[in-house]
Amino acid sequence: MNYIEKLDTIHLDILKEFGNIGAGHAATALSTVLNKQIDMKVPSVRIASFNDMMEMAGGAEEEVVSVSLRIEGEVTGNMFFVLSLQQAESFISNMTGDTAFSFREIDEHSLGLSAMQELGNILSGSYLSALGDFTRLKLYPSVPELAIDMFGAIISYGLVESSQYGDYVIVIETNLKEMDADQTDEMKGHFFLLPDPLSFQPIFQALGVGLNE
Amino acid sequence: MSSIGQIVKVGIADMNIVRSPDAIRTSGLGSCVGVIIYDERAVIAGMVHVMLPDSGLAKTNHMNKAKYADTGIKELITLLKAEGAQSFRLKAKIAGGAQMFQFNSQNSSFKIGPRNIEAVKQALNEHNIPVLAEDVGGNSGRTIEFDPHTCQLHIRTVNKGNHTI
Repeated sequence: MNYIEKLDTIHLDILKEFGNIGAGHAATALSTVLNKQIDMKVPSVRIASFNDMMEMAGGAEEEVVSVSLRIEGEVTGNMFFVLSLQQAESFISNMTGDTAFSFREIDEHSLGLSAMQELGNILSGSYLSALGDFTRLKLYPSVPELAIDMFGAIISYGLVESSQYGDYVIVIETNLKEMDADQTDEMKGHFFLLPDPLSFQPIFQALGVGLNE
Repeated sequence: MSSIGQIVKVGIADMNIVRSPDAIRTSGLGSCVGVIIYDERAVIAGMVHVMLPDSGLAKTNHMNKAKYADTGIKELITLLKAEGAQSFRLKAKIAGGAQMFQFNSQNSSFKIGPRNIEAVKQALNEHNIPVLAEDVGGNSGRTIEFDPHTCQLHIRTVNKGNHTI
């Protein structure tokens, strides 16, 4: 039986709570770093086809800024912090004081890129350490890597494990937006947590609920 | 040039075929490899967006053939022949298979790009289909579009510009 078919509503609620704890801590960290109010939506847990996944941040070809990492330990998976270019530029300007920062004219050693990398480190670190504390599961994140590229090319790395089991992926997604930037409701940042298929059992066990057999 | 046709889109782990004047396209190739197999005389081309090297990796009975290099290429050839392509005239162009992340991890998933390239070349070789052009490896995502009339593969990247092979 496919692991996805064993999931009930309660399992999806648990994953949502799992995401909520991580994202809540990450939002607080982000607010502190930027000294701005950051609004983070309640996470959604989706069972998505690979092509649905491509549409979650503007399409496969959409150019985005991403800080990605691999999680090893008792739970394994991938995590992606994905921002629109515009949103990333706004965060970088805020952190470095360089209001003219643009991804159109940068070099590899740009202070702006270091700031973006560091922001990714802080956010993913706070997200994962909150999860580890809550579940008492051992999670070992890799060094996060910065990429400025097409969303599809980036996120496809998170699909590799799941693709060996089927054509769907379970994604815990949290959207964020900067509160006082403008008044539009458009979502400009995303956290995607993609646990590997064999990691759902340990997550549910740690939180006291078994999988249906 | 012939009249302008439609652009047929191929998703991830998906395949399709087109006839001129239509073109065929797939977006956001990272570690995946886009394989175009075409018959210049019949003006027909097929594309498969390969995600994994080998159908032996499948841990499930239900299988999407387009996901794997071996089964995807075999299936695409079958489709092309059914549409009138001649196997001795088939040629290929390939793009993708980037290594975008290093991740200091034991997990072999992150070397999937080079493994996909190798598996695609091996499968094409087994079917005696020559690879006339390739743009593989590196660390950039690619969007590719093939026109069966000109047999040109147009490649767009975010960081390394556009070119045609």
